[in-house]
Amino acid sequence: MSGSESHAVILLESVSHALRAEKILKAAGIRCKLIPVPRQLSSDCGVCLRIAAADGERAAGVLAGRLDYFNIAPLEK
Amino acid sequence: MKTIYLDNAATSFPKPPGMMEAMNSFQRDIGANPGRSGHGRSIDAGRVMYEAREALAGLFNIDDPLSVVLTKNSTEALNIVLLGALAPGDHVVTTGMEHNSVMRPLRYLASRGVDLSVIECSPQGDLDPADLQKALRKNTKLVVMTHASNVTGTIQPVAEVGRMVRQRDGVMFCVDAAQTAGALPIDVEDMNIDLLAVTGHKSLFGPQGTGALYIRRGLEKRIAPLMMGGTGSRSEFEIQPDFLPDKYESGTPNALGFAGLCAGVQFIVGQSLRAIREKEKLITAAFLQRMEGCPDVTVYGPAEADRQTAVVSFNVRNVTPSDAALYFEEECGILCRPGLHCAPAAHRTLGTFPQGTVRFSFGFFNAPGDADAAAEAIRDLLKG
Ligand SMILES: Cc1ncc(COP(=O)(O)O)c(C=O)c1O
Repeated sequence: MSGSESHAVILLESVSHALRAEKILKAAGIRCKLIPVPRQLSSDCGVCLRIAAADGERAAGVLAGRLDYFNIAPLEK
Repeated sequence: MKTIYLDNAATSFPKPPGMMEAMNSFQRDIGANPGRSGHGRSIDAGRVMYEAREALAGLFNIDDPLSVVLTKNSTEALNIVLLGALAPGDHVVTTGMEHNSVMRPLRYLASRGVDLSVIECSPQGDLDPADLQKALRKNTKLVVMTHASNVTGTIQPVAEVGRMVRQRDGVMFCVDAAQTAGALPIDVEDMNIDLLAVTGHKSLFGPQGTGALYIRRGLEKRIAPLMMGGTGSRSEFEIQPDFLPDKYESGTPNALGFAGLCAGVQFIVGQSLRAIREKEKLITAAFLQRMEGCPDVTVYGPAEADRQTAVVSFNVRNVTPSDAALYFEEECGILCRPGLHCAPAAHRTLGTFPQGTVRFSFGFFNAPGDADAAAEAIRDLLKG
């Protein structure tokens, strides 16, 4: 993930869910990083997963059915 | 005098070295509040909790680690289920071999209008599943029972009961596995267990102050939380989250303890549950064999290593359990537990209420010779 790459974030229900999602994504070979939820997306104090924007669709595919709730949002610079 | 620890059913001792190392390194290198703050070490602490869920899920064949709620012990896990699921007018079924962590909440609920059936067990502590089946009614909401008695070690027919309960729509099946998690195989799918309460500090080799509750997905809608508060999730809302596991995990958890519990479970997987069970069975069988044909010693329960955990309750003729335990400690260095073991209902079933029994409970770390030493101590006591 270079600085110039465009990113998306996956918002999840809680840190336990984020950690589960991280495992699932890594097992599927999708690079991701846990970061604090950006203020403009939510005032929640939790964490979310940052991925490359290009991986959004694939990430949604592997998470579907394994986590009840997740939401993928573009991350503006 | 060397001491011999025969109180593993109360809490296991010693623990695997990896358990202590994991706690040490958590406190030394991580030490942050799990999932509260979003910085690296807070996430690492959250990861420790997650790894503990995953380890427990693996041990009990639970497909979703997020349906493992981390608690402070099995008492909390059982109270979440009993107080959270039962309301006046509901019917609940349990057995005559339960620990007070089941009986006390149920007696309280019964005083508030919950309908309670306690199914009698044999004097050896065995439940006949047919008796339990007969007790099921239209308004039965929950069946709750122990997997093995903490007094006699009697292993109950949980899989049979699970199969029966599964055929009844809307009845939940809760198992108190405080004595068996880490000691006997438990498979929540094969055994049709909807709710599994375990404690971390016994055969799971974790520290005290750790436990877990498995909640089958969907049932969280039928169980209110025992406590509410900060969960690190949905902070913008003033209502409690309604999803697993956060719904039941308010307040800063014992992350340090779960680091240890996770290592304890990894130790079990490393040794293999089967090897652990075999070792505990051997020592139990050896001790039981030495008690056979001993007219002055009454052993309660199955007195058959295959049908019980590594727990043996007995009485020595004309000696009260407390006097016997004091003798064993002072003269033989044996640490055990006398009395009612928090399970008066079980003692009524066995016919040992109110005096109780002496309980020797072996563990994976006992030496084979400890069974001889235990038998020898009883012989010495009898000689006076
Ligand atoms: C059968 C049974 N249930 C529940 C418990 C309660 O365990 P804890 O004190 O860890 O909550 C115990 C142990 O004391 C037990 O043996």
